[in-house]
Amino acid sequence: MEKGNQTIIFEKSPVIIGTYSIVGPMEGKGPFGTLFDHVIEKPEWDEPSFEKAECKMHRHAIIHAIEKAGLDESDIDSIISGDLLNQMITSSYSVREFDCTYLGLYSACSTIAEAMTIGSLLISGKHFKNIACVTSSHFCSAERQYRYPLELGTPRTPLSQWTVTGAGCMILSDKGIGPKITMATLGKVIDYKISDVNNMGAAMAPAAAHTIITHFKETKRMPVYYDAIVTGDLGKYGSELLLKLLKDAGLDVASRHFDCGAKIFGDDEKKYQGGSGAGCCNVMFCSYFYNKLKKREINKILFIPTGALMSKISSLQGESIPAIAQAVAIENME
Amino acid sequence: MMDKETYAELVSRTAPKSKHFSTIIRAFLIGGLICCIGQAFADIFAMAFPYLQKDEIASVVTVTMIFSGAFLTGIGVYDDIGNFAGAGSIIPITGFANSIVAPSMEFKKEGIIFGVCAKMFVVAGPVIVLGILSSALIGIIYWIF
Repeated sequence: MEKGNQTIIFEKSPVIIGTYSIVGPMEGKGPFGTLFDHVIEKPEWDEPSFEKAECKMHRHAIIHAIEKAGLDESDIDSIISGDLLNQMITSSYSVREFDCTYLGLYSACSTIAEAMTIGSLLISGKHFKNIACVTSSHFCSAERQYRYPLELGTPRTPLSQWTVTGAGCMILSDKGIGPKITMATLGKVIDYKISDVNNMGAAMAPAAAHTIITHFKETKRMPVYYDAIVTGDLGKYGSELLLKLLKDAGLDVASRHFDCGAKIFGDDEKKYQGGSGAGCCNVMFCSYFYNKLKKREINKILFIPTGALMSKISSLQGESIPAIAQAVAIENME
Repeated sequence: MMDKETYAELVSRTAPKSKHFSTIIRAFLIGGLICCIGQAFADIFAMAFPYLQKDEIASVVTVTMIFSGAFLTGIGVYDDIGNFAGAGSIIPITGFANSIVAPSMEFKKEGIIFGVCAKMFVVAGPVIVLGILSSALIGIIYWIF
């Protein structure tokens, strides 16, 4: 890695040997509903609170991803995990039953890419053999933390996004069969002075554009190298802005761009810009894209989850929204 | 990359906006309907309890409407009405009831004292503070002149 560069090429690329996705009822009704491993019937999932339900989903995803990867819980060296709640209670509380090391991360909705990067570094450096990367979000727990009580009768703006209820977990390993994580382009915090908390797509699009442009510049790859360029949760309008920003910079990715947030609920107009949240792009990757990679329908993906790094406090104090995008290249080897 | 000023201009020009005309119509219709229901209660009470004074009827109607707003919030209907009607169901007193009952329900899990009691006014708080403040101000003006 040259000084000043943001891209890391993994010497020993880790293999994604198994994934698991679990989603809420609304996501289950969407166009990708049948692809998820499990759809819960009610947001509470028989738990006394939404936070506890999110923990249960998080734990469920880890246990079943390990099982699907054909491993035992004792084979996992570390769990790298993140979520949206204050002090990351979902991650920490769900991991307390596992007998392995734990790294808790926060990078808002882009946390999974950060987890994949750190996991890949630990495996590539031969420090660990098997790592579980997991993130989750829950509509009801996120809503009460960031916005208003659920039963409050306020309409949503056309720019709003729905936090996805879901958890995804992927198992990275130093050996096995499956697509490999070959590179990662770390993002910079980009703030284009958007301060409307409802317009997260506009806040995150410049960060996504910055990371994508940097990735292509540093790797000397062209967009045609990838079968799909997958962003996290820019939403419908944010995606439009991203394509415009990239076109301005001379990159045309429109034909291979896919935004998980814009697509997860299909064309449901009541969902406005689509989905968001730390679970959003993760459940899409762990189901739809991982299946396609396994079947070799697609072979090369640039996965760029994006995160809006504001809090309710910073917004009330009049701050703008800083954003980040982390890119990870996942490829099937010959 | 595009600079911040050009980007800000692009966003303010292209961001999807609320459809003002249809939201105003919906707010007018549902807000009007809620007021008509209030008036209907007033008429019914006047017929059923002829010994009640006019201001007593107004109080009973207010209590009835607050109860209705709270009840509809409790059974999970008022947020759907609010999603459709916007200000039409926020402004009437039923909306005020909703803004107190919704956080009370939401924060029940954090206990009676620090959950329900402490968080009950997170939405309605400003309305109460400014309501009391402005009534005091008007009272002073009324007293002087």
